[in-house]
Amino acid sequence: MRSSTIAIAGASLEMFEAGAGAPMLFLHGCDGFDPAHRYAAKLSEQARLLAPSHPGFGRSGLPDWITEVDDLAYIYLELLDHLGLATVDLVGCSIGGWIAAEMATKAPGRFRRIVLSAPVGVKTGPADKLDIPDIFAMPEEKLSALMFHDPAKERREAAAIPDAELAVRLRNRESLALLAWEPYMHNPKLRHRLHRIDCPVLFLRGESDGLVSDEYLRRYAALLTDARCGSIAAAGHAPEVEQPDAFAARITAFLGTTTGA
Amino acid sequence: MKAWHFSENAYHYLPPADSYESIRVTLPNRLYDPEKGAALYDRFIDEWLVAEEEGLGIMLNEHHQTATCVDPAAPLMLAALARLTTKARLLILGNPISNRRQPVRVAEEMAMVDVLSRGRLECGFVRGVPYEIAAGNSNPVRSNERQWEALDLIIKAWTTHDGPFSHEGRFFHHRMINIWPRPYQQPHPPVWISTTSPGGAARVGARGYVQATFLTGFDGTRAVFDAYRHGWQKAGLGAHVPVHRLAYAALVYTADNEQAARAGAEKLLWYVTSNKVPRHFANPPGYVPISANVAMLRGAEHPLSAFARGASVEAAIERGIMFAGTPDQVLRQIRKLYGHVGGFGHLLIMGQAGFLEHDETVAGIRHFARHVYPALKEEFPDTAPTVRGDQHGGAVRER
Repeated sequence: MRSSTIAIAGASLEMFEAGAGAPMLFLHGCDGFDPAHRYAAKLSEQARLLAPSHPGFGRSGLPDWITEVDDLAYIYLELLDHLGLATVDLVGCSIGGWIAAEMATKAPGRFRRIVLSAPVGVKTGPADKLDIPDIFAMPEEKLSALMFHDPAKERREAAAIPDAELAVRLRNRESLALLAWEPYMHNPKLRHRLHRIDCPVLFLRGESDGLVSDEYLRRYAALLTDARCGSIAAAGHAPEVEQPDAFAARITAFLGTTTGA
Repeated sequence: MKAWHFSENAYHYLPPADSYESIRVTLPNRLYDPEKGAALYDRFIDEWLVAEEEGLGIMLNEHHQTATCVDPAAPLMLAALARLTTKARLLILGNPISNRRQPVRVAEEMAMVDVLSRGRLECGFVRGVPYEIAAGNSNPVRSNERQWEALDLIIKAWTTHDGPFSHEGRFFHHRMINIWPRPYQQPHPPVWISTTSPGGAARVGARGYVQATFLTGFDGTRAVFDAYRHGWQKAGLGAHVPVHRLAYAALVYTADNEQAARAGAEKLLWYVTSNKVPRHFANPPGYVPISANVAMLRGAEHPLSAFARGASVEAAIERGIMFAGTPDQVLRQIRKLYGHVGGFGHLLIMGQAGFLEHDETVAGIRHFARHVYPALKEEFPDTAPTVRGDQHGGAVRER
């Protein structure tokens, strides 16, 4: 996988690229992009995979002016300009799904098809109940149990992680807090803009996801004009991590239906 | 040396600690009995009044959603004290301005108390301890930057007297800022900042505000004070840093015999041992630097948390977080810390905690005030101010 650094609006973006074919912008979830993981290889088998690390995640910079997900949406639209890509397929996971939804409301014409996997970003339920459980108010063990279908398999103890990688993980969490603290995990405006998205959208979630519920996913999808929902078995909030083959297969099938690529 | 009686107004009528997850943030308030709470407020105010009678300053602070400090709106208590007292300096340490959404409102509250008390306010500001983040719904990321912008705005609001000005900053926006009343003290009440980190202290030193640090013991306090002095000198405020720019908070209990002192000291330890807080509230992401978080995941522990697990009066005295005993013993203990950290001008006395009863608290205050304080004042006088405007906190730079 090739990596490079691209400067957009004062943000130095770490960028990964692999494969050939129709361009696919992949926006990672709350734990960052892992170029060595099987999902990255699978996704790049039938597409030109373009995977930036969000500002404040991985090794991407975080300019002072960035305070919300909306800012990231504009940065990535500018990234598409920079790369000379008029139209792409868009895949976003978790907070990456939120960024993807924001991008698509701002420039609906630029996306051929969109996949939102375990996306956050809207408020669908009552004011006195969080749509997404408060990940900042629970022990790590409980968060792992909500995140993963098989937490024992996915959870790594800090002792086994080198300092540099541990620092990246901690910074990812810090940047997530910056972006998603208040309003918690959503932009109140987004639900009133989602009708602008006119391309086909697939909403996905892992069946064991304890953060994005099936009800939330369906309410979110109902705010769009051309959305369908699907689920992936034996996976939690990050099906790309727990079921990379099934995840890539679902996406490839959905993206391929009109082009036959 | 100036001494202050500090009480957190704790509510200690709690079930066993193993029956709840956290004494902060999530502890249900059905455990708070307003009748008992009202009696506690009366009692703690009476103790502050004893402190005034004995010539000590009065100090209070603010925390939220916690039984350890049931003073979530310290300016209200301060207003009551402003009317109940007549001579004591009133130190609020402090206003949690990273978590207050309207700095201008804070400037108004403090100016009002300053006028109510006819200029007896000592105005402290804090970022707020990490467990305040959840209670305040405040973003833990960039909270230092927020604190400094709020502080600058408050001081400008206090010192601007020619009609409205506007502020369009990074965190706060306000178009018409023209507070009534303005502060009683000119140019403004002395400013205090608390921090337990050397990085923060250097910045406070560069501004010349009063720096307070809490329960940091021998080496921790020295690191904070050294950083302050370095920051002060680097900013060109003069070679000599007046000791009354530095304050240290410790658990203090004085009695006329060792047995009584020991009994009081044991009860004061509650302040450290009762602080049961799970990690996700004690360390929200972004509150401390990433390098500190890596160290914590590698097993590093906050010195105070480490201490709390095996807390004892001896260990607390040994570490310099407690001064307890007969007047001679207390004086010796303070003298030892004073020498180690390079001097300080304010002793902030945690003189009440948990199960320390009213009579015991009052006895501790009186013994200290009558048998330790006079010697402290004589042995450790304030050093002469070297900077213009010095007595008002916030040194005027000589340039």
